[in-house]
Amino acid sequence: MLTYAVKRIGLGLLILVFVMVTMYAAVFLVPGDPATVALGPRATPELKRLLTERMGLDQPVWWQIIEFFRNALTGNLGYDVWSNRPVSTLVLEALPNTLILGTTALMTALILGVPLGCLAVVKRGTLADHLIGVLSVAVIAVPSFVVAIYSLLLFAVTLRWLPAIGAGEAGDIGSQVRALILPALAIALGWIGYISRMVRASMMEVMNEPHIRTARSFGLPEWKIVSKYALRIAIIPTISLVAVGLGGILSSAVFVEAVFSRPGIGKLITDAVNTRNYPVVMGTVLMMTAIYVSITIAADLLIARLDPRVRDVFRG
Amino acid sequence: MSSVAELGASIPDRQRFPRLRAMMSDPVIAIAVLLVAGFFITAAFAPWIAPYSPTKIDVLNKLQPPSAAHWFGTDHLGRDLLSRVIYGARTALMIAIVSVAIAGVIGMLLGLIAGYGPRWLDGILVLTFDSLNSLPMIMFALAIITVMGAGTGTLILVIAMTSFPSYARLIRAQTLALKNSDYIVAERLLDASPPRILFVHLLPNVIGPLIILLSMDIPVVIMVEAGLSFLGLGVRPPTPSWGSILYDGYTSIRSAPYMVIFGGLPLVLATLGFTFLGEGLRDYLDPRMKVGRPA
Repeated sequence: MLTYAVKRIGLGLLILVFVMVTMYAAVFLVPGDPATVALGPRATPELKRLLTERMGLDQPVWWQIIEFFRNALTGNLGYDVWSNRPVSTLVLEALPNTLILGTTALMTALILGVPLGCLAVVKRGTLADHLIGVLSVAVIAVPSFVVAIYSLLLFAVTLRWLPAIGAGEAGDIGSQVRALILPALAIALGWIGYISRMVRASMMEVMNEPHIRTARSFGLPEWKIVSKYALRIAIIPTISLVAVGLGGILSSAVFVEAVFSRPGIGKLITDAVNTRNYPVVMGTVLMMTAIYVSITIAADLLIARLDPRVRDVFRG
Repeated sequence: MSSVAELGASIPDRQRFPRLRAMMSDPVIAIAVLLVAGFFITAAFAPWIAPYSPTKIDVLNKLQPPSAAHWFGTDHLGRDLLSRVIYGARTALMIAIVSVAIAGVIGMLLGLIAGYGPRWLDGILVLTFDSLNSLPMIMFALAIITVMGAGTGTLILVIAMTSFPSYARLIRAQTLALKNSDYIVAERLLDASPPRILFVHLLPNVIGPLIILLSMDIPVVIMVEAGLSFLGLGVRPPTPSWGSILYDGYTSIRSAPYMVIFGGLPLVLATLGFTFLGEGLRDYLDPRMKVGRPA
């Protein structure tokens, strides 16, 4: 277990280095100088030189990479080219909005997805089961940003039930919750389908096990067998799926935040990409990759603890 | 030799046809087939189907609601929305097929090498696959786009780079499972060269699942293309893309809501069609890959 953990963490650090080196190498390899691209063709040479210096692009590439990691270890991710604010501050300001959005979406998906999966098992083979199956695949397939735009059009623009943009007033929980509903549902919709499908699939395997047969021979009602005895085992693959999927939620958040102008990580990075704000892009990507990689490692270790089959593989 | 191979191939075929018929009798899959076929036809015959040029600007007729002249209305530059949606199918399909094909070839080659080659090389390659696979795809894509600038080329590169590792892993696993089977050992004893063994004997036996996986990734790629184009980071204007149509509609969502409705609809239909077709194909070609599909 310990060797496994060490290996996973080592791989995670390797990934971070890999990402940053690739990005710097790409900056280096691409023709044209980033300062000119950012400022446009009519910028004065002094302005260009100033910006190049500020982005640290006047140093050799290998030095830039070493410098970046040295600074990153001390919590300094560089400075916003345009506003000169520290990137770490920008990230920390935006992060809570994204994390709240992600966890709300995930919780909603679990609360709705698990019962739906159970219902499909109880009613297996019937029209309800088939319908849940088809709908699950359908909601997985539809892109979350299209769901976001359509729900924005319907609930915010046409019906005016909920706000269209932002994350709500600071300090006003009510308006924050109202601003959270649409984006969270847009992300959650696909996950409801995904989770219900996963719960159904792993539960169908469990339904043939002896302890379920025993429960059934005692004459317990089907819904009780499903919710009490089958779910307990069948939930493990779902937990691992959800833990691994947290990273995928970050991706959906980028698009959904853009639609609802929600000031989170997704909006921060897309704005930075559009204005060619290198330090902000680099810093945010490093932070998000680090978060993503840590979540994946934590999920793998959690699965290794929960699932004896995985645990035994790494015991030796 | 060849007659034996033909015989071997024809037996499962004969068993497959009833399943193909069963697949098509499922109304959901039949609709999916229609949607995908419609999508391909639209993309292929766009210049003949589209009533106007997708890039012809007519500012006098901007933001017109749907009418007999413009079935889907016009956008903020007076371009015919229906024509842009039709040409958008072409953009989406082109990018999806090219990037999935590139990723498929890279994944296939590296997977074969990792599975059949020496162990140290396998170790390095698997580490590469794993690190690329555990990247948050969208973050990596945004980073590359910042550096290289938005455009069709960057988009294809980003999609190919982030999707080939899973293909390579699949091919590697299949190759590892087969590399010591009797017929490969026999080839080795006959002193066949590794490329011959890999491409003539191993490849035909490992490629089936890859093709299923590739076809199932097409809707994902269509979605990524549209998403990045929506953010202004995908295909460059004035090339019509469903994502950029959605963005144009989004900016005038209050005055011209029909733009996002008609811009999003083809995207939803295409991803639904491809996804359900992929599900059906998977059940039909390889029942072992079946994961929790309702009976």
